Amino acid sequence: MNTLTLWFHKIGSPPTFYRLAGRFTPWLFALAALTGLVGLYGGLVLAPADYQQSDAYRIIFIHVPSAWMSLFIYFVMAVNAFIALVWRIKLSETLAMCCAPIGAAFTAITLATGSIWGKPMWGTWWTWDARLTSELVLLFLYVGVIGLYHAIEDRRQAARAASFLALVGIVNVPIVHFSVKWWNTLHQGSTVRLLGPSAIDASMLWPLLLMALATKLWFLGSLFARARASLLELEAGKDWAREEALRTGAAP
Amino acid sequence: MTTASASRACAALLRRDLLLTWRRRGDALSPVLFAIMIVMLFPLALGPEPNQLARIAAGIVFVAMLLAGLLALDTLFRADYDDGALEQLVLSPHPLAMLLGCKILVHWLTTALPLLVAAPLLAEMLHLPRQVLPVLLGALALATPLLSLLGAVCVALTVGMRRSGMLLALLVLPLYVPVLIFAAGACDAAQAGLPFTAPLLWLGAALAMALVLAPMACAAALRISIS
Repeated sequence: MNTLTLWFHKIGSPPTFYRLAGRFTPWLFALAALTGLVGLYGGLVLAPADYQQSDAYRIIFIHVPSAWMSLFIYFVMAVNAFIALVWRIKLSETLAMCCAPIGAAFTAITLATGSIWGKPMWGTWWTWDARLTSELVLLFLYVGVIGLYHAIEDRRQAARAASFLALVGIVNVPIVHFSVKWWNTLHQGSTVRLLGPSAIDASMLWPLLLMALATKLWFLGSLFARARASLLELEAGKDWAREEALRTGAAP
Repeated sequence: MTTASASRACAALLRRDLLLTWRRRGDALSPVLFAIMIVMLFPLALGPEPNQLARIAAGIVFVAMLLAGLLALDTLFRADYDDGALEQLVLSPHPLAMLLGCKILVHWLTTALPLLVAAPLLAEMLHLPRQVLPVLLGALALATPLLSLLGAVCVALTVGMRRSGMLLALLVLPLYVPVLIFAAGACDAAQAGLPFTAPLLWLGAALAMALVLAPMACAAALRISIS
């Protein structure tokens, strides 16, 4: 077995991942807090007010990174779900299932901040615009995955069934992403582009990108923390889990 | 032991399922009754103003169909799971996707087709303009098999659960949303005198894709939840 495969198998084993994730988690959270605070300061204080929306636009520093994360996490969940179904790796099942609540939270934040922004700007809390509707459907998909996972008794079978549902639901991700292009409705198109120049001023762009980085780091930290907890639960009968529990229980 | 060919197995399965439905033919009417009762609620809730009803008639008919189909979904595998026939299907040497395709076909014939036949009646109850009726029927003919196929995948995931009703709705309805949008969009366009072929073509394309993929997905889901 070559080094890469060996490394992959090692990472994939619950005890190794548990220890490794435990080492990374506090750092990830600390970095997320740091970048998040700097990003928020840059966005809420340093960035100039918009010529049209004045200060109300500042909610995008929360709204846009959350919206990116809502799609990104679904993608991560689907990739893990695919690995879990094809190669039956226990860690991937756990990771996919731990993605769902975080993704649902980001989707809910996106919808809430969007409607708070929409009230003064569009004059309404909610409109049946293509992007809003598809984002709401995304929330329901997340809730469906969580619901199915908790409805089946056997944890591994539950994870596989919910993973399958996550894979079926991935058709919605491109719909959310391209909805502003396909149906040119109320929600504005994207102004930040990966390729080519963005239609946003640099003074507003850097806090936005920093916030995007902060949410990614926070997601990773949260994912690792959740995965550790559910791995411990899943492997409760195994020796390493008992050692871990005894070790942390003995030194409170 | 001789193994019959897959097509003969499918024919036998079709005959068995149709016979079972025929023995309890009263049950086939219950989705229709349910849809009629839902449709009846709208004039009572919104007032019997014909113009207002005519404007939203197509949407109401679609929602009634969708809800009736959702309630009927549970019967797709329920009886077979209870008496163990479903496990025999999974264990059989024939391709499971094909057998499930037959089951979904019978389910569509016995639950959605009666709804399709009742659709003109529902449309008339809501004063739907006559010229929209063919579009409504066309959209329903394309949408109901699609709903059955998508629903079957979700039912396969929840098979064997005791209280799966609410959960099934939670899983199925997000997947039904695009179908509803396109089907209702075609009727809206027809009612406004606009071209309506594009949404119908989208529905047809989705149906063609679901016909191929959904039975396979259903088989994979069933293997997960029965194992």
